[in-house]
Amino acid sequence: MSVSVRIPTILRTYTSGAAEVSSDGGTLREVLQKLDADYPGIGGRILDETGKIRRFVNVYVGEEDVRFTEGLDTPTPGGSQISVIPAVAGG
Amino acid sequence: MALTDAPQFGPATGLSCRECGTVYDLGPLFACAECFGPLEVAYDFGDVRREDIESGPTNIWRYRVLLPVPENVATKPNLQPGWTKLVKADNLAAELGLRSLHVKDDSGNPTHSFKDRVVSIALEAARTFGFHTLSCSSTGNLAGAVGAAAARAGLDSCVFIPANLEEAKVTMAAVYGGRLVAIDGTYDEVNRFCSELIGDELGEKWGFVNVNLRPFYAEGSKTLAYEIAEQLGWRLPDQIVIPIASGSQLTKIDKGFRELIKLGLVEDKPYRIFGAQAEGCSPVSAAFKAGHDVVQPVRPNTIAKSLAIGNPADGPYVLDIARRTGGAVEDVDDHEVVEAIRLLARTEGVFAETAGGVTVGVLRKLVRNGVLDPDAETVVLNTGDGLKTLDAVAAEARPTAVIRPSLEAFRTAFAN
Repeated sequence: MSVSVRIPTILRTYTSGAAEVSSDGGTLREVLQKLDADYPGIGGRILDETGKIRRFVNVYVGEEDVRFTEGLDTPTPGGSQISVIPAVAGG
Repeated sequence: MALTDAPQFGPATGLSCRECGTVYDLGPLFACAECFGPLEVAYDFGDVRREDIESGPTNIWRYRVLLPVPENVATKPNLQPGWTKLVKADNLAAELGLRSLHVKDDSGNPTHSFKDRVVSIALEAARTFGFHTLSCSSTGNLAGAVGAAAARAGLDSCVFIPANLEEAKVTMAAVYGGRLVAIDGTYDEVNRFCSELIGDELGEKWGFVNVNLRPFYAEGSKTLAYEIAEQLGWRLPDQIVIPIASGSQLTKIDKGFRELIKLGLVEDKPYRIFGAQAEGCSPVSAAFKAGHDVVQPVRPNTIAKSLAIGNPADGPYVLDIARRTGGAVEDVDDHEVVEAIRLLARTEGVFAETAGGVTVGVLRKLVRNGVLDPDAETVVLNTGDGLKTLDAVAAEARPTAVIRPSLEAFRTAFAN
């Protein structure tokens, strides 16, 4: 299932500057695996050594922060918009 | 845009990642390219003496040698915030059973909240980086502070707020003439929107004070620590109660205290840091109580809107600091927030916004629970002005009596 992934500025060196790329997979985990296969190394920037989402990264499927849903097991139906965003403090 | 060693940043030497230690040149960066960790300003202070500070202006620029700002910052058009009152709160102390209590009342800043401190540092960075528009995502107070600072500095501004904010904060954010965009969503959604805007050409040459200028912005909160120590006669308090929204302020007050110790400006002694949240948005308090070192985000539902950040980015550091210093993180419900606002007003003549109700409410709770030492020197922060959150107390703060203008009517009304 094709999905769209929005890439934050600091990871665009992996995507030749592209702000948005396509990926595939039924869950967020699969989508990130495919993303890493297409842009080697990018997966290790989003996930830590144990395979969990790094604590200063927020990942959204559609409008939902995946920490509110099923984390890496969150379903990613075709056409999903996925966003990877650095956490920022301040308010 | 690297500006290492640039005099525009005073004693700052670079940006270092709090997570992995990677060092970057000073620039409009906020997240580590290696691990997404937050970047913070690193310094080489050299020798700093109390006299140098004491002879400075009565605003935060007296601490410029400890901040990433140019030497002539005090002469530039900015809001010159800080040096707010440290109120010796004997009445409140007596009511709570504390020996020594001070309220650091930051409602006395130019736009009536502590945000003028952080924005003023970010503004200088924005000028240096050549940004033409000052921006932010805000729970309200920050939007007003950014609008005012941009107006003073002659920059454009465009600030983003959740649409459901208190009327006074909306008015204050709009009155300075910049663009104010209300977003139909929570603060966390506004923050996410700004993070995406920053990677888009729409946000080109924009300085988002709490996003791409965040490392500089956050340093402004150190001035609270400096002022409290200096106003106590160059001493650190034994215990301090600080509100938690993103957690940035608390982590920077700790950083400020440690710098003062390291520079020999205060005696090296232990201090305990306590974080305060509203129950309706208490992800850090929940994590503290559960013994976790990460924070599970929540959807906020509290009258303390200035603290309503459900996904606090500096939450993990707050947990580290509370545990390292022997402090704690606690929360109070909205009813207790309102009670605490009235308690502070009634005992000390300080009218706090809801965030101040949260800190005073948590102070009271921690004393009652025996967590705070009643004999130790204690400071509690009020970070904003009660006039911004009138609704919180409006129903209960009413005329004692409404009478005709006659002595007889007055006598009758107060006969009992």
